[in-house]
Amino acid sequence: MGGFLNSTIARKVAMALSGLFLVLFLAQHFTINFLSVFSKDLFNEVSHFMGTNFFVQALLQPVLIFGVIFHFVMGFILEAKNRGARNIKYVKFNGNANSSWMSRNMIYTGLVVLAFLGLHFYDFWFPEMIHKYIESHPEDVARYYDELVAKFQSPVRTILYVVSFVFLALHLYHGFSSSFQSMGWRNKYAKGLRGFTQAYAIIIPLGFIFIALFHYINNL
Amino acid sequence: MKLNLKIWRQENATAKGKIVDYPVDGIDGDMSFLEMLDILNEQLVEKGEDTIQFDHDCREGICGSCSLQINGEPHGPDKLIATCQLHMRSFKDGDTIYIEPFRAKAFPVIKDLIVDRTAFDRIQQAWGYVSVNTSGNTVDANTIPVEKEKADESFNAATCIGCGACVAACKNASAMLFTSAKVSQYALLPQGRVEATERVKAMVRQMDEEGFGNCSNTGACEIECPKGISLENIARMNREYLAASTKG
Repeated sequence: MGGFLNSTIARKVAMALSGLFLVLFLAQHFTINFLSVFSKDLFNEVSHFMGTNFFVQALLQPVLIFGVIFHFVMGFILEAKNRGARNIKYVKFNGNANSSWMSRNMIYTGLVVLAFLGLHFYDFWFPEMIHKYIESHPEDVARYYDELVAKFQSPVRTILYVVSFVFLALHLYHGFSSSFQSMGWRNKYAKGLRGFTQAYAIIIPLGFIFIALFHYINNL
Repeated sequence: MKLNLKIWRQENATAKGKIVDYPVDGIDGDMSFLEMLDILNEQLVEKGEDTIQFDHDCREGICGSCSLQINGEPHGPDKLIATCQLHMRSFKDGDTIYIEPFRAKAFPVIKDLIVDRTAFDRIQQAWGYVSVNTSGNTVDANTIPVEKEKADESFNAATCIGCGACVAACKNASAMLFTSAKVSQYALLPQGRVEATERVKAMVRQMDEEGFGNCSNTGACEIECPKGISLENIARMNREYLAASTKG
C-alpha cells in the first residue's frame, strides 16, 4: 500500500469512508428486512428485485464486498501499528478514567461483527449464490420470506444473531461518530451529529434484534 | 499520611525494568507529588540506595518536563494539571500508588521514570515554525489584522507544553493531539498560512516516522492534557492534511 495511504491520517480517512459506506448499506438492509415483519409479499417483491437486478448484482454487490473486506483489512493494519506503538504495556492503565469502553475496544467488537458476517454469509449469501448462479434454479419470487423465516426457527441461531447485533451497536456507537472526526468534520453541528449517530447505533441494531426475535417467536 | 508506592525501576534504556515497592510515611496533603518523591529520595540517600530518577524543572506546570503515569493516568487523577501541580491531598492514607514512566515506543525509557521525548522535538523541527526573514526588514506581526476568535484558538493551541500526556493516555500511543496543536497554532494565523501545506505534510510525516500510533478518537488525550488542548485541533489537522494532499 503506497503513496497517499502510507500516512496515518489518510488511513484513518479511508477507514472512515468505508465505515460510512457500510453504515449506509446497513440502513438499506434494515429497511428491506423490516418489510418482512408486516408484509410477506412486499418483502418477497423487494428481495426479488435486489436479487435479480443487474445494477445491484453486478455493480453494488461487488462494491459492497470490497467495502467490507477493505474495512476489516484496514482495521487490522491500523491495529497492528497501534499495538506496535506501545511495545511495553503499563502495569496499571486506567482507561475508564478518560475514554469509553466502546472507543477502546473497536477491534474486538469489530471481530465479533466479522465472525457474524461469516455466519450470515453461510446462512444467506452462499446459498443464494449457489441457488442462482451454480444450480441455476428458475426464479421463484415467493421463496425469500420462507428462506428468512426458516433460519430463525433455531433458538441458537437467533441468540447468535441477537448477541452479534449488540456488538454491532457497540461498534457503531463509537465508529459512526468517530468517522466524521477522522475526516476533519467538526463544526457547530458536531454535537447534533453525534446525537444522531449514537441514536442510529442503537436503533438500527435494536431493529435487527426485533426482526430476528419476531420471526423466532412467530414460528414457535 | 502513609503510602505504599509501587514505582517502575529501570537501570538504563536496555535493562529490564520492574515495579518495586516503597512504603513511605509522613506525607502531608499540602505537599506536591514531586515533593513526596523528593522525600522518598532523601530516605533512599540516607539508606545508601540508588535514588529514583524522574523529570522535573519549573514545578509550576509550564515547562512540560514532569511526566509520570500515576495510577494508570498521565499526571495522576486530577485534571488540567501537570504532575508537579498534583497535591498529595488527592490521595488517602494507606493508598497504593502505581508510578510508571510514560509508555510509547517513541518515548524510550532512559532511566526509571525518565523517558526520551525528543521525538516531539523532531516533529517540531520538521516545520513547527514560520520562516521569517530577519534581515532587518521584518514586518511587525501586529500590523497584520487577525480575527479575535482565530487568535484565541491559535493561542489555546499554542498553550501545549509538549509534556507527552496525550501519547501516554492514548491506548495507541498516538501523538495526534500534540502534532495537531502545533499545526493549528500556525494554521489559524495569516502568518502561518503561507507555509501551511508544507508544514502539515512535513509534521505528519515526521510523526509517522517516529512510530506513534493512529488516532482512534477515544478522546483520552483531551481529557488528560494539562492544558486542555481540544480534539478540535485533530479535526483541523486532518482537514489541513487532506487539503494539502490534493495539492501534490
